[in-house]
Amino acid sequence: MFAYTLRRLTQSGFVLLVMAMLVFLGVYAIGNPIELLINPQADEVERMRATVALGLDKPLYVQFFAFLKGALSGDLGRSFVFGVPALELILSKMPATIELALVAMVMAVTLGIPLGLIAGLRPDGFVGRGIMAGSIVGFSLPTFWVGLVLIMFFSVQLGWLPSGGRGETVSLLGVQVSFLTWDGITHLFLPAINLALFKLSLLIRLTRAQTREALLQDYVKFARAKGLSQSRVIGVHVLKNIMIPIVTVIGLEFGSVIAFAIVTESIFAWPGTGKLLIDSINQLDRPVIVAYLMVIVMLFIVINFVVDILYSLLDPRVRLGQASGAGH
Amino acid sequence: MHAQTLTVDAATPEETPLRRIWSEFAASRLALIGLAMLLLVVAMAIFAPFISPQNPYDLAQIDLMDSKLAPGEKSAGDKAYVLGTDDQGRDMLSAIFYGLRISLGVGVASTIVAVAIGLGFGLMAAFFGGWVDTLIMRVVDIQLSFPAILLALILLAVFGQGVDKVIIALTTVQWAYYARTVRASALVEMQKEYVEAARVLALSKPRILFRHLLPNCLPPLIVVATVQVAHAISLEATLSFLGLGLPITEPSLGLLISNGFTYLMSGKYWISFYPGLALLVTIMSINLVADQLRDVLNPRLKK
Repeated sequence: MFAYTLRRLTQSGFVLLVMAMLVFLGVYAIGNPIELLINPQADEVERMRATVALGLDKPLYVQFFAFLKGALSGDLGRSFVFGVPALELILSKMPATIELALVAMVMAVTLGIPLGLIAGLRPDGFVGRGIMAGSIVGFSLPTFWVGLVLIMFFSVQLGWLPSGGRGETVSLLGVQVSFLTWDGITHLFLPAINLALFKLSLLIRLTRAQTREALLQDYVKFARAKGLSQSRVIGVHVLKNIMIPIVTVIGLEFGSVIAFAIVTESIFAWPGTGKLLIDSINQLDRPVIVAYLMVIVMLFIVINFVVDILYSLLDPRVRLGQASGAGH
Repeated sequence: MHAQTLTVDAATPEETPLRRIWSEFAASRLALIGLAMLLLVVAMAIFAPFISPQNPYDLAQIDLMDSKLAPGEKSAGDKAYVLGTDDQGRDMLSAIFYGLRISLGVGVASTIVAVAIGLGFGLMAAFFGGWVDTLIMRVVDIQLSFPAILLALILLAVFGQGVDKVIIALTTVQWAYYARTVRASALVEMQKEYVEAARVLALSKPRILFRHLLPNCLPPLIVVATVQVAHAISLEATLSFLGLGLPITEPSLGLLISNGFTYLMSGKYWISFYPGLALLVTIMSINLVADQLRDVLNPRLKK
């Protein structure tokens, strides 16, 4: 187990390094930020001074090593636009993104699992078919268009809910959150639904497939033969067994919810990291783009690592398969 | 007895594989509706210059005085636009026809390139095995552990805007799916006797690869590719909406929607709603067709 963890850890470190290099080289190939940052009327001397001040006069590999050295000590450079450390900027926007992602995930789970269960228990019934048709629509709709329609309907036509921003926030353990004030909840509702829709469809499909499989297993037949009530068979025997793959998918999908928040945040002007990324790309604020991508890459690597380790704890075949995999 | 043989003989020429696939496909009414919608959308895209009331990018045909007219509203020149006009006075219906052209074109082109690349790497990984397989599949695994939208965003942030760049970005995020699909089915096919027979006959490696293995790996690939065209179109629309996809000179549906977003708040819904509807119909119809294709081409569902 220790050897496996160590091997996975080395692998993750390697992926992180490669991604750091790709992200850095890639982002630093974009345009010249000096053009955007200083007054177009500025003379050559002014231009040179700004270039030197930002460290853009040095060769690329020198810049990369300086970046790596800084990254190891948690310094990912300063935002060209805001003049504050990029990492600090990202982290200050992180609570808004995490809050949105968590609320969306909770919505998807609390609706998706029961609906999937119903569809799985009655795959040919009217309700079951209806739920499946709904999930196909949910899969097909592009997130940004759903957001648009939500705004059009609930904000513009009905005027029930605000179309953007975060609303009033209160401090919870030193972090600003929206979901504890009424104004915050009204602001949170539409973006959270928008972000949840895709994962909701995914969870419905997954739960339905798992339920249908579980119902054919011997332990369900046995539980029924024992004369257990339907609710006990479903609630205890079926649900417990289908939860393992579902929990795994929820864990793995959390990262992608944060990535998809880029779209939702842009539409609803939600002041999180995704909106910051799009703004930074438009303003060529390289350190912020790099810092955002590094934070996200790190997040994904950690999520994948944790899921892999959990899997190998649950299923010894995984780590044995990996160990002998090198030979074949 | 004799009569029976005759009827069988008579029926055989009818039963070509394509005919069988078609009759199984047509068994679902929903899939047929999807196919009809898809054909309509494709026809609109192909014949856009002939069926559009105006050329939306010919400035001589656009009247700025007609800007932001609601659907059906009469303009000063007593002209009515079925789906209204945008902020430049462009007819939305024409803009949608031309937008469909670009969206479908980009989606299909990127999928074809990605299928070719994925097919090559997938077959290589399965056929050669060993370190070639490990290397290719490790890259595929790492790439697939990141969401497509994130990768495409990074790539476009680096490359900048343009049709070619969007196609490169969409290809890069898609090839890994195909490589994985092809490798999986090639590994199964390679266990079969016909491949062994081909090897025993000492046929050349390229011949076994392209004449024997390749055609048998195609059905699952076709299914994945159909679904992926819808994904590619949706992804391109999202990227263009965020302002990172296509340039304003080549407005896809996503860009039209993005353009109308500004006016949504003031109740001028049609500038972004109708392009969105066109996008939705396109994606839905492709998904309906793909769903049925998957069932028809999946041998595991056969009795």
